[in-house]
Amino acid sequence: MAGKTLFDKIWESHLVHEEEGKPSLLYIDLHLVHEVTSPQAFEGLRITGREVRRPDLTFATMDHNVPTTDRSGPISDPISAKQIEALRQNCKDFGITLFGIRINSQSQGIVHVIGPELGLTKPGMTIVCGDSHTSTHGAFGALAFGIGTSEVEHVLATQCLRQNRPKVFEIRVDGERQYGVTAKDIILGIIGHIGTAGATGTVVEYRGEAIEALSMEERMTVCNMSIEGGARAGMIAPDQKTFEYVKDRRYAPKNSNYEKALEHWKTLHTDPDAVFDKSLTLDARKIAPQVSWGTNPGMVTDVTSKVPDPNECEEAGKRKSMEQALEYMGLKANTPITDIHVDRVFIGSCTNSRMEDLLAVAEMVKGRKVADGVSAMVVPGSQLVKKKAEEMELHRIFTEAGFEWRESGCSMCLGMNPDILAPGERCASTSNRNFEGRQGKGGRTHLVSPIMAAAAALEGHFVDVRGWEIGKGV
Amino acid sequence: MEKLRKVSGKVAALDRMNVDTDQIIPKQFLKRIERTGFGEFLFFDWKYNDDGTLNEDFELNLPRYADACILLSRENFGSGSSREHAPWAIREAGFRVILAPSFADIFYNNCFKNSILPIVISKDRTDELFRLVWENEGYSLDVDLVKRSVTGEGINFLFEIDDFKRKVLLEGLDDISQTLELKDSIGKYEKLFMNEREWVLPDEGKSL
Repeated sequence: MAGKTLFDKIWESHLVHEEEGKPSLLYIDLHLVHEVTSPQAFEGLRITGREVRRPDLTFATMDHNVPTTDRSGPISDPISAKQIEALRQNCKDFGITLFGIRINSQSQGIVHVIGPELGLTKPGMTIVCGDSHTSTHGAFGALAFGIGTSEVEHVLATQCLRQNRPKVFEIRVDGERQYGVTAKDIILGIIGHIGTAGATGTVVEYRGEAIEALSMEERMTVCNMSIEGGARAGMIAPDQKTFEYVKDRRYAPKNSNYEKALEHWKTLHTDPDAVFDKSLTLDARKIAPQVSWGTNPGMVTDVTSKVPDPNECEEAGKRKSMEQALEYMGLKANTPITDIHVDRVFIGSCTNSRMEDLLAVAEMVKGRKVADGVSAMVVPGSQLVKKKAEEMELHRIFTEAGFEWRESGCSMCLGMNPDILAPGERCASTSNRNFEGRQGKGGRTHLVSPIMAAAAALEGHFVDVRGWEIGKGV
Repeated sequence: MEKLRKVSGKVAALDRMNVDTDQIIPKQFLKRIERTGFGEFLFFDWKYNDDGTLNEDFELNLPRYADACILLSRENFGSGSSREHAPWAIREAGFRVILAPSFADIFYNNCFKNSILPIVISKDRTDELFRLVWENEGYSLDVDLVKRSVTGEGINFLFEIDDFKRKVLLEGLDDISQTLELKDSIGKYEKLFMNEREWVLPDEGKSL
């Protein structure tokens, strides 16, 4: 019998019930909830008189809608305020721990930042949330995926989900990445290679030297964007870095429980003789800093390259979507990427708003100034990240360089709060989606790494950070 | 959930690849706490000009597609965000069937919770259907989930669909009630998990 993949091991240990011709019933170890995709689910429970089966395995935060400016007063948008109030009331009524902007606010933050930060996310778990970027938690060797609101209700009521077994897609990234190339460039490079539907129907396991070399926060960046390649989930086998990251966190297992956990976590890797449904190998040495030029994350290229020419695309459907993208983005084919000027810079989102991201940006912008005409902001992923950054005085570096320093939340990644682009504005963004209107109707998003975004803020256009001596001034 | 067995009616053609859920229902409409009221905002940013007038260049605004209940589109329909507001908006705007060469996973699953039938068709068949819809104003199809068939002027084919998903739509099943019937199995699993995997439980260490 062939060995098992990491995915197989987690899937099989969470099967509650199997029946011929029906999807499997899978147990969910952790359910994360936020304000946008949950109100209708709680309403469903009320209508049917159902309870939350495991409030102790359910945690909520407010992130999508919350203002990132001063929060001491009431929220100015009455509909946002109503949605936030609904989550507070639902958590109170159903006994769920909430990290809100008034309650437990010291741990509020983007759901995919706080899960790992608080030690809720652990190897070998099944984790769901009504949010497609739940794949982030796969960085710990967990099976984590986004669900719709009906499924949120299903998990609240039963702590289980009905799922068909997905296929497993191995993506290996071998070799050592170049200086100035980040985890963000690796995942954008992968998506550029496979396309936005390249991993549909699969769970991706990222492997290889370049993946193993990543820190935990970098692994989160990679797994976060699995969904942009169409995968439900992305995962990386846990190792010593993972175990150390989890240890001593607020909700992490303590004492003998940690030892017991560790014993289990060490078994969570793909067996040497396991077979994947699909495999792909990329060479990290060939990945350059990436910049997206179009309206989906697959429309991405090297910073040293040019905006592609639709006329060179032979496939009619693809050509049309390239033309549509260039028109929306206000770009001409064959423009060098480094000639693209930006109006705004956004550093934040569940992809890139953790300490290492902020440290890398701080190192880059220290003693420098944001270019004239560019408006730039840093939005930390959580209140804990914000606190730590302020203890290290990073906020001074940012504000002295001309960046705004905000409260934690999803912010301009999707612009549900007041942080949006004006029509036609061009933004270098560390977020995960460059869809039309994502950051504001008519707004033009270029996805980049934190240091690429920082460099664009300082120069006013995209530059190849590999030519920079980071932290030493230009 | 409302049952879905047969759907007959006009087809609207949306000739775009990678139609994402941010387009289907833009974020400014996700703040409602109700399950309804999304239909009028379907494809809002494409549908309307900045001054609020109807964008005549957007194909779904064409009078010929008024009252369509079948939507035809291209690869990777429904990609991006997990927002179920997307199928809610589609359903409320009157669509019950979506035909496309491929769908994003989360969106595809969400359709079955909302009495919408997503049908995967080959790329050639997609091209053929686009041609038929463009050439024949008021082009209609009959979709029969019992027979797994799509029939119309100049076209007739059977489609594949997971048996269980088909049953869910045909019978309008509430999957939470079905799962709750298995609550003994869930309880049994939890007991085992409490013994062997106690570390899974969030532990603030307060009991120590």
